[in-house]
Amino acid sequence: MLGRLTIEALPLYSAVAMGGALITVFGTLAVMAVITWFKAWGYLFREWFTSVDHKKIGIMYVTLALIMLLRGFVDAIMMRTQQAIAVNSEGYLPPDHFDQIFSSHGTIMIFFMAMPFLTGLINIIVPQQIGARDVAFPYMNSMSLWLTAAGAALVMVSLVIGKFSTAGWTAYPPYSGIEYSPYVGVDYWIWAVLISGIGSTLTGINFIVTILKKRAPGMFLMRMPLFTWTALCTAILMAFAFPAITVVATMLELDRVAGMHFFTNGDGGNMMMFANLLWIWGHPEVYILILPAFGIYSSVVTTFSSKRLFGYTSLVWATCAIAILSFTVWLHHFFTMGSSANVNAFFGITTMIIAVPTGVKVFDWLFTMYRGRIRFHVSMMYTIAFIVTFVIGGMTGVLLALPPADYLMHNSTFLVAHFHNMLIPGALFGYFAALNLWFPKAMGFKLDEKWGKRSFWCWVIGFYLAFMPLYLLGFMGMPRRMEHYDTAAWQPWLIVAFVGAVLILFGLAFLIVQIAVSFRNRAALRDWTGDPWHGRTLEWAIASPPPPYNFAVLPKVEGLDAFHMMKDAGTAYQRPARYEDIPMPKNSLFGMAIGAFAFVLGFAAVWHMWWLVAASAILCAVIVIIRASSDNTEYVMTAAEVEAIENQRFEDLAKAPPPDLEHIPVGVPGAPIPGTSS
Amino acid sequence: MVTQPRASKLFAIAAVCGLAAVTAGCGGDAIPIANPKGPVGLAERDILFRAFLIMLVVIIPVFAMAFWFAWRYRATNKQARYEPDWMSNRIDAVAWIVPTLIVIALAYHVWTSTHALDPYKPLESAGKPLEVQVVAQDWKWLFIYPEQGIATVNEIAFPSGAPLTLRITSDTVMNALIIPALGGQIYAMAGMQTQLNLLADEPGTFVGRNTQYSGDGFADQHFTAKALSEADFEAWVAAAKQAGDTLDATAYAALAKPSSKHPVTYYSSVEPELFVSIIEKYDHGLMTHGAMAAE
Repeated sequence: MLGRLTIEALPLYSAVAMGGALITVFGTLAVMAVITWFKAWGYLFREWFTSVDHKKIGIMYVTLALIMLLRGFVDAIMMRTQQAIAVNSEGYLPPDHFDQIFSSHGTIMIFFMAMPFLTGLINIIVPQQIGARDVAFPYMNSMSLWLTAAGAALVMVSLVIGKFSTAGWTAYPPYSGIEYSPYVGVDYWIWAVLISGIGSTLTGINFIVTILKKRAPGMFLMRMPLFTWTALCTAILMAFAFPAITVVATMLELDRVAGMHFFTNGDGGNMMMFANLLWIWGHPEVYILILPAFGIYSSVVTTFSSKRLFGYTSLVWATCAIAILSFTVWLHHFFTMGSSANVNAFFGITTMIIAVPTGVKVFDWLFTMYRGRIRFHVSMMYTIAFIVTFVIGGMTGVLLALPPADYLMHNSTFLVAHFHNMLIPGALFGYFAALNLWFPKAMGFKLDEKWGKRSFWCWVIGFYLAFMPLYLLGFMGMPRRMEHYDTAAWQPWLIVAFVGAVLILFGLAFLIVQIAVSFRNRAALRDWTGDPWHGRTLEWAIASPPPPYNFAVLPKVEGLDAFHMMKDAGTAYQRPARYEDIPMPKNSLFGMAIGAFAFVLGFAAVWHMWWLVAASAILCAVIVIIRASSDNTEYVMTAAEVEAIENQRFEDLAKAPPPDLEHIPVGVPGAPIPGTSS
Repeated sequence: MVTQPRASKLFAIAAVCGLAAVTAGCGGDAIPIANPKGPVGLAERDILFRAFLIMLVVIIPVFAMAFWFAWRYRATNKQARYEPDWMSNRIDAVAWIVPTLIVIALAYHVWTSTHALDPYKPLESAGKPLEVQVVAQDWKWLFIYPEQGIATVNEIAFPSGAPLTLRITSDTVMNALIIPALGGQIYAMAGMQTQLNLLADEPGTFVGRNTQYSGDGFADQHFTAKALSEADFEAWVAAAKQAGDTLDATAYAALAKPSSKHPVTYYSSVEPELFVSIIEKYDHGLMTHGAMAAE
């Protein structure tokens, strides 16, 4: 009945693990108690959990990402603490626990922090940037969210019931096979990745269709904001790359439970095939994480330099080139597998070619700043920190793309430093920039800048302290994933890295303070105009937060930087002659139900409760069929309702304080009327 | 080992020496990658340093521009020119051309150096080549000397100044073998054989490791690599032959069981074809990739 689930699944093996489990359990209970105290369950279900509104789904994605960022960071600082003290000693974490931590850190940061973060940002912003009222498939969007949440929940549950994988976030066999990892850890990894991976594939499909089919009149492809372009390329990568990991995780699971031998040591299995298949997903995945950040930086740099984006066409082609090339480099993750010199050299060169479009982007951002009027908003500070830091990571990436250099540095802390140097400035700083840039759009009030800048400095300085020593440690011959070591010369640098992690802890704490302080001061920070930064693209043309339908009247796009042109032409903020009825998608409980049953399915499969696997699979299928057979999925928002909301919008605009910009386009609320003296 | 255009040679040599001097100055043997003790590690390091220097052509201007533009064009500086629609196709073209040229230079470098430093390529040297068969186990390294008929655990010795050929497999999960001071690194995989060719210039003692995470005992899975003079090596082999134990099928089965911090052990004789039998155990005669590559 319960498969292999017994009382021994509780983490009684170590006090630290028990502590983690208790924090997880009591944290969850505390959140539930607070919701109950405020009698908020009904509100949350009606307005959020069942919502198919892309903006609310986006906010929920970002919330999930921030929660998982905390969890992933706890893993990180535990590892840094262990390595700072574990010279010629065992430290405070036994190997079995340390190995779970580095595995869950990577898995969480990639799949359940970065993926939901960028998916949330794309959800909130892309439909607004292209002048659309919603995504192409709103209900599927909700389903994707809940599948991602189900995967994240599985990883969290593994803290309390059973153990997580010790095979690292890439789960290479034969180590991850049943012979060497017989317990549930790898199964948790497989099912978390499988379930959330399906969500990501569906998100990819959803946004390809949304961007190609739902653009406002005049929003030609070469007029799309760069963030939308990067979102399109990311969506294409998601749809094409994620099936690879779905397949490879399924094959690994079949090896484990059905006695197959795809990747085992014996019976014709071949572990090298796993590495190839995994990285055919894994390298495009890097660009899935980074491309949206490139789009964010483009938005930030043009907005806060008050200047047109330099080299828009180049940036578009560079984005597309990166997306295509990302499928041609996967072998550089295992130059040391014994491929011939021809093969290694080929993949070394393709890898370097990616540096060309990436370099173009860096120069185009810099020349957007040139002859601009740069305002040092938090998001602009993240952008400058990104440019400077990212080129260091890019350089070490090119070094690792030289196969002979990779023979030396592979699997060392140099590699760890390199990919953190790509993903923290290249992805996470971008998401933070986006948080500061688009928070008012999503929530209706700006984020406190003082705490934002404090958080920024802790993150940037903390990053350098935490990861620059790892480059040096790579030269000192330190492999990654060392639970303890006996080379005393490494310790001082590992202590520096630990100090960096502590600074990042402050960065995270200040980020939370920033959100809390901003929430408390939300009246003062209210964004009345919907355009707090003098933006250039369509999302700033509507209220903050936007009405459920985004645009009462679909905008007519005349060129790149559509909203900037409207403001210049004086056509922004015009009342339409009349409003129309707008058909809207109905909320649905089904997305959440599918997520819930997928979670049960994953949990049951981890513990070999096959009857429950079958039952939840059938329930998922039944829900899909019921929903697909339903014609009653929309309702109509009447012209009168729309008009009432829009009237409120024009009242708010009148309350706007005068803009703080020197060169104010005509037609902006509060701008001096031409012809009158000031 | 790597040929390159003459024009840049002098500069490259000077720069590499400079970098090497700096790193040597602040660490010496604590930084084995920067202070290699053999031609393979040296060539690999030089490629790393040289590529680093080539890339400074991009890095330094980016740093300079990022800080200069941010300062010069800050909103409070009303002196600076403000051209909100400024665009220059010429600069845009330069943004494509400069990285392209650098990548072409590096690509040439990749092609030649990857072939020159193919880990499977036997090294040329005056000394008599030595072949050692290496088996990764949980969590230790077994070294079999087919010519000398001995085997050791967690210690490998070889004559300095002579090419060393390692034929590597695994009797457990995937491992990766590296001796940072000498260079290289290649995976060890069950049922397959990979190869690494190394050479130590002078006698010395180095650390060798598994770098591919392999389970509980991973952190302690390192070994001692001793480059010895010809005479010392002969003495070392003779001493191993005195050890008495034979590595036959039974002894091997006991050794292959997982163990951490396994003490250095010598076997005075080894069952013939033991290494091949360890590979074939997984292979069922299927002739997988690694075995073919070995032929």
